[in-house]
Amino acid sequence: MRETTRLNERPDPVVHGLYDENFEHDACGVGFIADLNGNRTHDIVSKGIEILVNLEHRGASGAEKNTGDGAGILTQLPHAFFLKVGPKAGIKVPAPGHYGVGQVFLPKDPKAQKRAKDILERCIDECGQNLLGWREVPVDPAGIGPTALSGEPSIWQVFVGRSSEVKDPESFERKLYVVRKYAERSVREEGFEGSWDFYVCSLSYKTILYKGMLTPPQVGSYFVDLADEAFQSAIALVHSRFSTNTMPTWPLAHPFRTLAHNGEINTLRGNRNWMTAREGSLRSDLFSDDEIKKILPVVEAHGSDSATLDNVVELLVMGGRSIPHVMMMLIPEAWEKDQEMTPEKKAFYEYHGALIEPWDGPASVAFTDGHLIGATLDRNGLRPSRYMLTKDNILVMASEAGVLEFPPEDVVLKGRLQPGRMFIASLDEHRIIPDEEIKHRICGRKPYGEWLGNKIVVSELPAPREIRQPSSENVIDRQKAFGYTLEDLRFLMEPMARNGEEAIGSMGTDVPLAVLSDKSQVLFNYFKQLFAQVTNPPIDPIREETVMSLTSYVGGEGNLLQENEGHARIIELTQPILTNDELERLRWVDKNGFTAKTISIVFKATEGEGRLKKALDRIRRQAVDAIDEGYEVIILSDKPVDSGHAAIPSLLAVGAVHHHLIRLGLRSKVGLIVETGESREVHHFALLLGYGASAVNPWLAFQTIEDMRRRKMLPDELTQQKAEYHYIKAVGKGLLKIMSKMGISAIPSYIGAQIFEAVGLGQELVEEYFTGTPSRVGGIELDTLEKETLLRHRFAFPEAHVEDYDDDIEVGGQYQWRQRGERHMLNPDTIHKLQQATWKNDWKLFKEYTRLIDDQAAAPITLRGLLDFTNGTAVPLEEVESVDAIVKRFASGAMSFGSISWEAHTTIAIAMNRLGGKSNTGEGGEDSRRFKTVEKASRVSDIIGVADALADYDLRAGDSLRSAIKQVASGRFGVTSHYLVNADELQIKMAQGAKPGEGGQLPGHKVDKWIGATRHSTPGVGLISPPPHHDIYSIEDLAQLIYDLKNSNTHARISVKLVAEVGVGTVAAGVAKAHSDVILISGHDGGTGASPQTSIKHAGLPWELGLAEAHQVLVRNGLRDRVVLQTDGMLRTGRDIAIAAMLGAEEWGVATAALVVMGCIMMRKCHLNTCPVGVATQDPELRKEFKGRPEYVETFFRFLAQDLREQMAVLGFRTVEEMVGRADRLAPRKGITHWKARTLKLENLLHRLDVGSHGQFCCTAQDHGLDTALDNELLKMAAATLRDKSPMQAEIRLRNVNRTVGTILSAEITRRFGPDALPEDTVRIKATGTAGQSFMAFGVQGVTMEIEGEANDYFGKGLSGGKLILYPPKSSTFDPRENVIVGNVSFYGATSGEAYIMGKAGERFCVRNSGAKVVVESVGDHGCEYMTGGRVVILGDIGRNFAAGMSGGVAYLLENERTRSRVNPAMVALEQVVDAEDLIELKDLVERHAEYTGSKKAFELLARWPEAAKSFIKVMPVDYKRALREQAAAVATVGGKG
Amino acid sequence: MGKDTGFKEFPRKAFGYEPAEERVKSYAEFVVPLSEKELGEQGARCMNCGVPFCHSGCPLGNIIPDFNDHVYREKWGRAYEALRSTNNFPEFTGRICPAPCESACVLGITHPPVAIKTIELAVIERAWRDGAVVARPPRERTGMRVAVVGSGPAGLAAADQLNDAGHTVVVYERAEKVGGLMRYGIPDFKLPKDVVQRRVDIMAAEGVEFRTNAHVGANVPVSELRNGYDAVVLAGGSTLPRDLSLPGREGAGVHPAMEFLSQNNHRVSGLPGLRNQRGEEIAEILATGKNVLVIGGGDTGSDCVGTSIRQKAKSVLQIELLPKPPEGRTEKTPWPTHPGPAMLSTSSSQAEGCTRDWSVGSKEILRDAAGKVVGVRAVRLDWSAGKPVEIEGSEYVIPAELVLLAMGFLSPEHKGLLEELGVEKDERGNVKAQNYATSVPGIFSAGDMRRGQSLVVWAISEGREAARSVDAYLRGGRSLLAAKSGSLCQA
Repeated sequence: MRETTRLNERPDPVVHGLYDENFEHDACGVGFIADLNGNRTHDIVSKGIEILVNLEHRGASGAEKNTGDGAGILTQLPHAFFLKVGPKAGIKVPAPGHYGVGQVFLPKDPKAQKRAKDILERCIDECGQNLLGWREVPVDPAGIGPTALSGEPSIWQVFVGRSSEVKDPESFERKLYVVRKYAERSVREEGFEGSWDFYVCSLSYKTILYKGMLTPPQVGSYFVDLADEAFQSAIALVHSRFSTNTMPTWPLAHPFRTLAHNGEINTLRGNRNWMTAREGSLRSDLFSDDEIKKILPVVEAHGSDSATLDNVVELLVMGGRSIPHVMMMLIPEAWEKDQEMTPEKKAFYEYHGALIEPWDGPASVAFTDGHLIGATLDRNGLRPSRYMLTKDNILVMASEAGVLEFPPEDVVLKGRLQPGRMFIASLDEHRIIPDEEIKHRICGRKPYGEWLGNKIVVSELPAPREIRQPSSENVIDRQKAFGYTLEDLRFLMEPMARNGEEAIGSMGTDVPLAVLSDKSQVLFNYFKQLFAQVTNPPIDPIREETVMSLTSYVGGEGNLLQENEGHARIIELTQPILTNDELERLRWVDKNGFTAKTISIVFKATEGEGRLKKALDRIRRQAVDAIDEGYEVIILSDKPVDSGHAAIPSLLAVGAVHHHLIRLGLRSKVGLIVETGESREVHHFALLLGYGASAVNPWLAFQTIEDMRRRKMLPDELTQQKAEYHYIKAVGKGLLKIMSKMGISAIPSYIGAQIFEAVGLGQELVEEYFTGTPSRVGGIELDTLEKETLLRHRFAFPEAHVEDYDDDIEVGGQYQWRQRGERHMLNPDTIHKLQQATWKNDWKLFKEYTRLIDDQAAAPITLRGLLDFTNGTAVPLEEVESVDAIVKRFASGAMSFGSISWEAHTTIAIAMNRLGGKSNTGEGGEDSRRFKTVEKASRVSDIIGVADALADYDLRAGDSLRSAIKQVASGRFGVTSHYLVNADELQIKMAQGAKPGEGGQLPGHKVDKWIGATRHSTPGVGLISPPPHHDIYSIEDLAQLIYDLKNSNTHARISVKLVAEVGVGTVAAGVAKAHSDVILISGHDGGTGASPQTSIKHAGLPWELGLAEAHQVLVRNGLRDRVVLQTDGMLRTGRDIAIAAMLGAEEWGVATAALVVMGCIMMRKCHLNTCPVGVATQDPELRKEFKGRPEYVETFFRFLAQDLREQMAVLGFRTVEEMVGRADRLAPRKGITHWKARTLKLENLLHRLDVGSHGQFCCTAQDHGLDTALDNELLKMAAATLRDKSPMQAEIRLRNVNRTVGTILSAEITRRFGPDALPEDTVRIKATGTAGQSFMAFGVQGVTMEIEGEANDYFGKGLSGGKLILYPPKSSTFDPRENVIVGNVSFYGATSGEAYIMGKAGERFCVRNSGAKVVVESVGDHGCEYMTGGRVVILGDIGRNFAAGMSGGVAYLLENERTRSRVNPAMVALEQVVDAEDLIELKDLVERHAEYTGSKKAFELLARWPEAAKSFIKVMPVDYKRALREQAAAVATVGGKG
Repeated sequence: MGKDTGFKEFPRKAFGYEPAEERVKSYAEFVVPLSEKELGEQGARCMNCGVPFCHSGCPLGNIIPDFNDHVYREKWGRAYEALRSTNNFPEFTGRICPAPCESACVLGITHPPVAIKTIELAVIERAWRDGAVVARPPRERTGMRVAVVGSGPAGLAAADQLNDAGHTVVVYERAEKVGGLMRYGIPDFKLPKDVVQRRVDIMAAEGVEFRTNAHVGANVPVSELRNGYDAVVLAGGSTLPRDLSLPGREGAGVHPAMEFLSQNNHRVSGLPGLRNQRGEEIAEILATGKNVLVIGGGDTGSDCVGTSIRQKAKSVLQIELLPKPPEGRTEKTPWPTHPGPAMLSTSSSQAEGCTRDWSVGSKEILRDAAGKVVGVRAVRLDWSAGKPVEIEGSEYVIPAELVLLAMGFLSPEHKGLLEELGVEKDERGNVKAQNYATSVPGIFSAGDMRRGQSLVVWAISEGREAARSVDAYLRGGRSLLAAKSGSLCQA
């Protein structure tokens, strides 16, 4: 089958400048309605469309309001309708099951259309079926936007008759599948003009798909067919799309043939590669070999993640599995650590895990085969789905509750999809089939458990008689050869071997990119880790460990279409790092037919050039030979390295073999294991796995640990075995972190997923060995890589020895400045000059500083260092926009009070306010004493008191200590209504340059009383910022948060902070469509208060790439004029700012340099609290040393502006606006001689689109849609209250489209009266119906909202004192305890207030609650995660992983048999409720619950109180308890003295 | 990298001195070392800075945070390894370096800096004691020969490095003993001569050949260098003293500082041959019982002070043309600069009982009838205009029977060696040698001869870097020797 491989090569996707369509994402609203009795009616179709319309706010439109991102509807084949319309098109419609209909997009050009039709007809014929005719689908394009129209295809239905040779409808369905796949490929292969417009939406005898680049309301009007009463179906599956990109196309609209998807597949690249790899092995009893050939490639070119998933689902369903079975295979539950799961089901998952890697990522997938309809949720449950059933057996499921309104008394069931659970209804059985039942059925199909009995576990293989290791005597030579540095040993390996921990560091990286370094760099350093932002959430691998897995498999058979014992012939690897012993066991494996072949990956170092290429060709040949000889494990080994033989970079060897075998269709026949001396830090292992290795044996790392022990770099008591164990554990933890950054939870889906971007690798190199990896500025090819490798090799094995130096490996200098180390932008010289210049107001000295930074001609550090300005006509300096005007465009970076001291934080704020620029709170909240403007000249101590003012200085009248930008990050620390109202800008931090995709942790020792109060937490207790915002799992959620924040402060502009990586442009477009006012693109090199070194070094990309991409994509899509683009990341001089402006940023952020101006000398000790200059510490003794003054910071920004002005004058720009986006005035620097830098190609970075009327900078305001907010009514109702606090009552009606209700009202109350100013119940509103998302977000004290009905996600988000009461309609007949009443992520980040909910809540209840008191009757998974304060009472079941990361507050749980096992014990203890105060508190809350909601459960409990109290357990965070005890002791001591 | 909070816990403590009244009784070294516990605490004060300014402030690029940490963790062997990776002679710099590293120490912004020099000395002395300093002759010889002229710190460093690289090195020294300024210029109480000799012995054991009493251009023909070697390193120092052209200069009892110091070092070492610059035997210069005037406020002046006091001078006065510097840093000498003479410091010699005076100009040397000096007519200077202006009516007479001129050095001697080789000189009269290569192929230069008068630490640095240049020249490509900055694994 090797000859088929060429077919899989996809034509180049559309690439313009830095825009690449491969990086588009989408998310959306999804839903269905089905009549489980199977009655086909037109009503179902109309209701489907109604669902679509009611989910409109989850979709998006681009620059044009009337061009949607895509929407569609899937129904059963409407036979009655076709009987009616068929004859009009000259088609005689046969009986159901005897014909299929294809919905086909065709080119509009008649010639092309004819050609496409001919091909399809030929394929029908060749597959032995009968063409019945063509019907043009009537459409009404009125009201469709011009962009949609410009891509509008001609839509036709093709009718195919079943051949008499085909016995049954299901066989016919398979024939139709072959026809479609074959036709698709035939058209692509012919590749005529317009052929890309050919697309078959569906071709089936069962279902049909109407979709297009439409907004939800347009679906019904555009497709005239859908209005026909004869158009009947028992099923309607609908989807409305929110695409980040703004070049959506008609085919990419959902649904697809089998499914509609809300979410994102993170592992797509790997999944696609592995599918291609398996194509060679496909065989089936249901298809002839010829038919198999016709359906290849399985995965369509240019498909989105959802389209690709659909391709594979379809293949597997056609191959004979049921659709729920396929879903279980592809999107398995988190089974590995589930103690409640049956062995039968575990065996199913394990067996299928060996067969195919999970398609990992947030996903709510609704699917149907025309008989079964259902939905499944990924293991994390990160997408919402709610369902309800009426007594007439009508089932409705959608992303939100309330999409269709039914009388409450008709509803018999309300539920939600749960993580990893399958929701299935059968139209044949007329019922919902419970998860356990359907899965039991599927898991019992074959003896999976029995088959797995043959599994090989490495530790059970025979022990090796000896392990050959190179002599430990000259370990240093090998360390040199593999590029080890002293820093690797000290900074990275020491903490790993000592404690099993990854190294932590602080501040950003400021060394050259690998391709700009003078030193020999290991290949790993050219790759940057990608991470999730906005379109999908990262995971917390520590607190949500239950979903993570490191187990992978080698072996099995590639044939996905068969189920047999062969697939269970596997070797299980419980984690991917092999000890020497394990590797030897594997090397000599001889069991169940497994044997391993070791291939040496070294090349002759002594001969001429080109040896590396020859060696790569050799190992590829040897790998293929090994497979031919029947080996199923290949070990690539560089152990033979010696003076004459240099090691091939291990990653290169892996990539070379992996992609070669994929191309030959052989990859799935063999497991790849790497035995390498090169990999030592986590990033290295991640790369080897990411490019296809199943496991790695780091032999030299182990030997180095041995050597470190000998050299006393590790404690004496640490044995070698223990040290290696620690090291492996640390790598495992690090890998989980890297995977989770991308939202991936299982290692098999990470293997080969290539979640990296290369910087500085040439096109040929990447295409050949790292196929599919983005590398956007080109770079070195194999010859330079060879040179670079030999440089290390010759350093290790020089022609002659210099006695005194043989003991030394390289110092490194990556993490600290060293004379012999890597160059740093911030070095003794530049730091000194910058400080002196700004302290003395010395412009000349400042210019010396800028010269040092700017002059990178000989020794480049950054990409911008490789750029030059092109000539223009200079203008006189005095004609250039003034310093005063320019400084208003500056923002200081986001640094929290907590990461930096009060002194540093306020000094920057004062300076920025004086300049008219903006300072940023960071994510730590803000002391409300800073909100008032200083009235008269005074001192800092006048505001906060002498005791706290450790650095006291003069303030002027009109000064303000307030940060103009208030950040809203995942921890939501101190994000109250009061905080939000006091902002000019609200910034949503999606990622941080130093550690994108990760959360943070403020250690307990940094949380003093002041910081605790500001963050609404307990002093001395550590604080966790979760990796994701729990209210943002995809783009439409971000739109929702933007809307919430705009409601919380209608005067503030909303900003979204992103970090540069490939695809950030499309994300930015999505953010612009989500109505952000500002988009900030941060570079990878931004600072941090604490972060793993691997993230500081290896995650994210330079801002030049991200900014240019974002600007280009926004301009291309006509969105640039409605957002401000801002950038930051090591901006240091006017030249840097000028380049940032010309690449597209009209505003700029500077943080690290501002810290240096305040005294920071880049200690990189922020995480240790020992900053000796009082900048990044909370130690009062050190804070006293703070010498910064607002004046220095002012001078710095003025100097920067002046430096920029000089540049502008030379270039001939009078205003910043003229300069923004003028990439055409930049050019790659000429005459670059640097041996690696000269290979870079920066043209894509400088791509500029001339857009005419569309702006290159922000000049249009976003439409936030506040005019339709229900709060406009509430404000009218509350007019008197807002005037004089007089009480009021009102009644309102709610629908799911009423979002963020109560927030504007709350903000107005805060604005007028300050926080907590209204007495309880001043405003009382009674509502009925379904509350939309974010009900009462940031709702304040004095406002009480009572809902009779139900509510959606984010209920009570950020609650700031308000009171919420929620109970089901009084007329409903179902038992509220069994039914879901509120969605996911309720009370996220609540800071105070109370709530009473009669019914079940969804996942992630009360995450990061810091003060609200809430009573509820049951909650889903991850309840009370990260909670730091408040009280939660749960009168029923809890989901898994309760109280993970909970460091404060108390939860009272009504205990049942599952309760204890579902609490995550890492940070909390379970206690009986015995304390008198606790009992009073608990009873009081239950009483209020009974009173407010009428809860039967509460009344029952109260009836048997105090006996009932014994059924409760108290969940108490351990640290919190300790801190409270210490506080109490302190108070007692003071009291005693007093 | 010390202890995270060490700088908050321990105060600075540097090595101490024996009391002045005791130490002036002999020429012996008077440093009082710290205990190992104290040294550990001093190491713990190091903050392991992200940007270690000390490391940048050190002309050798000593990796200070590393050895500080090793000392804190009691890993003396590793501390020695770290130290010797950049510094051939820590026992010299540990004693006589003015420690620009400590001026640059980040802790110095807010606290007294880390006692780096104390730690350095402790590390190297411990290494000598432990027998860690051993001869490591090169495994292979390149067969190429290099001559080094001058055995001061620059010449020795160059020789040591080139020998390590496998070249055969011969050091030419015109004096009787190896060491140059360190042997003859610096008094024993600051740098005992056995400290110099034990290092020379190690180098000899490693294969470096020392030829003393070998004055190239005088008793050794220059052609010997040209013909017998593949490369030559000129490291003869800056030896022409700046003179004072005053009436009465020729009076008996007026001497360049180096004559006085060198003679005393000969005397202390029990060596014969007290000769002047021209090689002529000179009479004994003794401060005993005299009023001594030292003109010039630098380190050499200090050495004259300490030596005079040990010779039991009646009084010692040291004057300086420049005004009295401020006691702390000023705007002009902010951290991390090394303020040098721009900040007032008191050397151990000055503390032993000398009077200092600033803004004093000398007008005339007064002699008695026999031509012996009896004093100096001096005048007070006003520097308020940025240049010296004599204050009218401020003239006065300083009584002195011995006047020592310690005003620095002008350049190397041109006659003989340099002229015969025909190397170009720079505008200051030093050997012009870009990247250490002179205008004559194969001839290199390092140290004060190239750079002009400077610190011992700079001389060592020059010697090391020059050796790299020579090594690269000899190999016709990259040098295998480590550089101060940049790495060996670099294109």
